[in-house]
Amino acid sequence: MCPDSAKTFYLDNREIPFKEGQTVFDAAMTAGAYIPHLCHNPDYEPHSSCRLCTVIVNGRPFASCTQPAVAGQMVQSDTPELREMRRMLTQMLFVEGNHYCPSCEKSGNCKLQATAYELGLQDNHFPQFFPKRERDASHPDILLDRDRCILCGLCVRVSRDIDKKNVFAMTGRGIHTVIVVDSPSGELKDSKATAQDEAVQHCPVGALLLKGKGFEVPIGERIYDKASISVHSVEAFQAREAVHG
Amino acid sequence: MGSKLKVATCSLAGCFGCHMSLLDIDERLLDLLEVVEFDRSPINDIKTIEGMVDLGLVEGGLCNAENVHVLKHFREHCRILVAVGECAITGGIPSMRNHHTLKECLEETYIRGVGVENAHIPNDAEIPLLLDKVRPLHEVVKIDHYLPGCPPSADAFWYFLTELIAGRDPSLPLQLLRYD
Repeated sequence: MCPDSAKTFYLDNREIPFKEGQTVFDAAMTAGAYIPHLCHNPDYEPHSSCRLCTVIVNGRPFASCTQPAVAGQMVQSDTPELREMRRMLTQMLFVEGNHYCPSCEKSGNCKLQATAYELGLQDNHFPQFFPKRERDASHPDILLDRDRCILCGLCVRVSRDIDKKNVFAMTGRGIHTVIVVDSPSGELKDSKATAQDEAVQHCPVGALLLKGKGFEVPIGERIYDKASISVHSVEAFQAREAVHG
Repeated sequence: MGSKLKVATCSLAGCFGCHMSLLDIDERLLDLLEVVEFDRSPINDIKTIEGMVDLGLVEGGLCNAENVHVLKHFREHCRILVAVGECAITGGIPSMRNHHTLKECLEETYIRGVGVENAHIPNDAEIPLLLDKVRPLHEVVKIDHYLPGCPPSADAFWYFLTELIAGRDPSLPLQLLRYD
């Protein structure tokens, strides 16, 4: 076995060091190489459902957020084929939901929107679905707008693993999959959810919002007005690494 | 004059915000007019396109039969057709009515609306028939380029038009690409 410090793999022909047990995604971000992602938040267990972070490892596709780094492996991420696949996945997320960026409180702070900017999306290519989805505005502090949900499952994981409340779950299959709330009425107001819950803080889109906070930050000063998501997420990841190691 | 590019513009199910943003390029309009001349456009109030024009800029989505008619007229008469703004590209804010039936929308406005007198749904032959759902442009005709934004900023318009006129790829750089 070689010492940890000597372990590296190659990402787009760039040598990336990694620690034992690190994923391809974590090692790449630590080294400052951005890999697009939506369902993954480095603070929580990876889910590998959005497939945006797919990379080619030794010729085969893997979700980099769950793929362990192995010394000497050849990984491709920034290729024309993978860029096109990520663009198409993101376009499908837009047409499957109801994403009205001009009137959304999350605009400018939304990871879906910022990722689409990063990928250079100027159109949605596919026909719009305009699905009919239920909105839950019953809770005094929290809005659940399923129109904007991309089914990343982050609220489900965080409510279960961190808040220990199991407020959210997914039900249905395929295109009929929706987020549901654990309460006698099925409404948020009758659930254990509070504005302080971690699960409410990390929605990448505007599906879960704290009420009374919309448009609090003026246009021009929102997260992705100031830095692209590639720059912002690498900086945030590295700052987190510096604290937690 | 003969060598200038001909440009036509129109607003379908939009709010004219994209046209206002185009005018917001301010004194650069004079530079633009050195190389383009406007054919049919609300800017000069010409109502139909005669012959072919080089560039068509279409704001707004499709909410009624007349919108579809105008869009097809533009497609037939424009060498390059551009969907301008969120409504043209995704349906935008007008497409929020797609979550309700047309009947519900009409009754909410003309039957149950606040202050409505002589409640009835207008049905004059002069009024274009509403589509069942509001649709974006690319679902009906071939679109050559997309200029997103609500509205696209004046700088986005300027970048897009100058790059296109110069024969280059007019895709917006990251700092000009916005959906809001």
